[in-house]
Amino acid sequence: MSTATTDRAFARGAFTPRPGAAPLPRMIRAQALLETRMLLRNGEQLLLTVVIPALLLVLFSAVDIVDTGKGRSVDFLAPGILALAVLSTAFTGQAIATGFERRYGVLKRLGASPLPRWALMAAKTCSVLVTEALQVVLLTLIALALGWSPHGDPLAVVLLLLLGTAAFSGLGLLMAGTLKAEATLAAANLVFLLLLVGGGVIVPMDKFSGPVRAVLDLLPISALSGGLRDVLQHGAGMPWGDLGILAVWAVLGLAAAGRFFRWE
Amino acid sequence: MRYEPAVQVTGLVKRYGARTAVDGLDLAVPRGSVTAVLGPNGAGKTTTVEICEGYRRADGGTVRVLGLDPVAQGGELRPRIGVMLQSGGVYPGAHAAEMLRHTATMYADPVDPGLLIERLGLQACGRTPYRRLSGGQQQRLALAMAVVGRPELVFLDEPTAGLDPQARHATWDLVRELRGDGVTVVLTTHFMDEAEQLADDVVIIDGGRAIAAGTPEELCRGGAENTLRFSGRPGLDVGSLLNALPQDSLAAELTPGNYRVEGRIDPQLLATVTSWCAQHGVMPDHLAVERRTLEDVFLELTGKELRA
Repeated sequence: MSTATTDRAFARGAFTPRPGAAPLPRMIRAQALLETRMLLRNGEQLLLTVVIPALLLVLFSAVDIVDTGKGRSVDFLAPGILALAVLSTAFTGQAIATGFERRYGVLKRLGASPLPRWALMAAKTCSVLVTEALQVVLLTLIALALGWSPHGDPLAVVLLLLLGTAAFSGLGLLMAGTLKAEATLAAANLVFLLLLVGGGVIVPMDKFSGPVRAVLDLLPISALSGGLRDVLQHGAGMPWGDLGILAVWAVLGLAAAGRFFRWE
Repeated sequence: MRYEPAVQVTGLVKRYGARTAVDGLDLAVPRGSVTAVLGPNGAGKTTTVEICEGYRRADGGTVRVLGLDPVAQGGELRPRIGVMLQSGGVYPGAHAAEMLRHTATMYADPVDPGLLIERLGLQACGRTPYRRLSGGQQQRLALAMAVVGRPELVFLDEPTAGLDPQARHATWDLVRELRGDGVTVVLTTHFMDEAEQLADDVVIIDGGRAIAAGTPEELCRGGAENTLRFSGRPGLDVGSLLNALPQDSLAAELTPGNYRVEGRIDPQLLATVTSWCAQHGVMPDHLAVERRTLEDVFLELTGKELRA
């Protein structure tokens, strides 16, 4: 056994107290970068955020599995897959990661650091947005290669993505902050799968019967995929209805997360 | 330098439902000292420390850490303290060096993380994710994270639990250096030798109260007296030995040939015993002075029965 650990002392004064927090922007940036690195290093998370959306886009564009209506299927699929990317990162990925951070005392330990709680949440949001930006770029490139021709107002698209992120973040954090990590893992994956099928991502909403569809249309994923499709596929103006649904989910989800989130 | 204690806890009460975890506890930690909080499992050590760190609210009593209320003034307090939790606290996928560097970026003027890594033998962790590090490596990383921000006050919750002897000594050396540089250290431990080695002050807590406090020497001096043992021929005249000894001493042949003297064991008494032996033609073998250890004191105070 090496004794290197005991025979080398620090110069006297190495620990002389000089306490103080780093500037907030530096802390938030470092935290956001670390969280993003943790996510990109995690195989399951990468599967969820990159591989599954990309695979679905390629597979369903190339093979006529689901009847996507008139026009090229990639024009129908690309907006749905962008909605799926937001769902996977802001909801499923964030819920699972945060649930395990809570379970392993990471949130607790960060709570003793100079980083304020709100700044930690801000860093998490930045990390989600950075990841989504990478997803959008990658998926857009794939879709364009498959012959996608998007329309519409980029501002409407950005608004939809941001409000969708807020809505899914609130719900994901609510789950991570109240359930056990294992329960969050299972539930977040199940919800991902259900919303993938029932939220207009790859299956057109008109495949569902009237009353079922009326309920499904109120889900945040349906509002996001529907809104993106209206704009990107049909060149519609600002989709106020869908934005409204997302805003309501965002307010409810974030308020509930703020109220019920437990750090330990 | 202010003379106000680094930690001042008075009449602290904490309840979890019907259970009272801390029940009127007092604790004062002088600045620049190392204070060890000893106690059996469930005595309230971690609860007390976590209240000082601002993790939970007290149900009663007052807590001042560096003169601040740890909950209401937590934002002001946190940059000034270092915290080592009993376990966890690191992203399962993070590398040791990455996590320590990250922790360092949260502080204005941190210790060089590279030096700490080398010093605590964490270079060997390389790019191994935290979840696959050994328990000892995880402990040392948590220790490094607690001190990297150059805090005034460090809370270490069982810093050497599960460490091998080398790592334990490295941790002890680091605590001594912290003290030498004027950092106040509060540590909880199960290890009496750790408290004896490191602590200026020891607080023994049990049932949520501080039942004894003082320097290790003070605690060992009080209560039962010390003991001197020797062996020789069986059947020596203990009565004659007793006559030679000071008034309040005791002497007995415990088993044939094994003698015990109890009382104030000082050089004078030792000389009396050896000269009595010389007069009686006895060669005292295995002559040994036994002092009460902190462990004796601890067991006397907290009882020897096993606890749930």
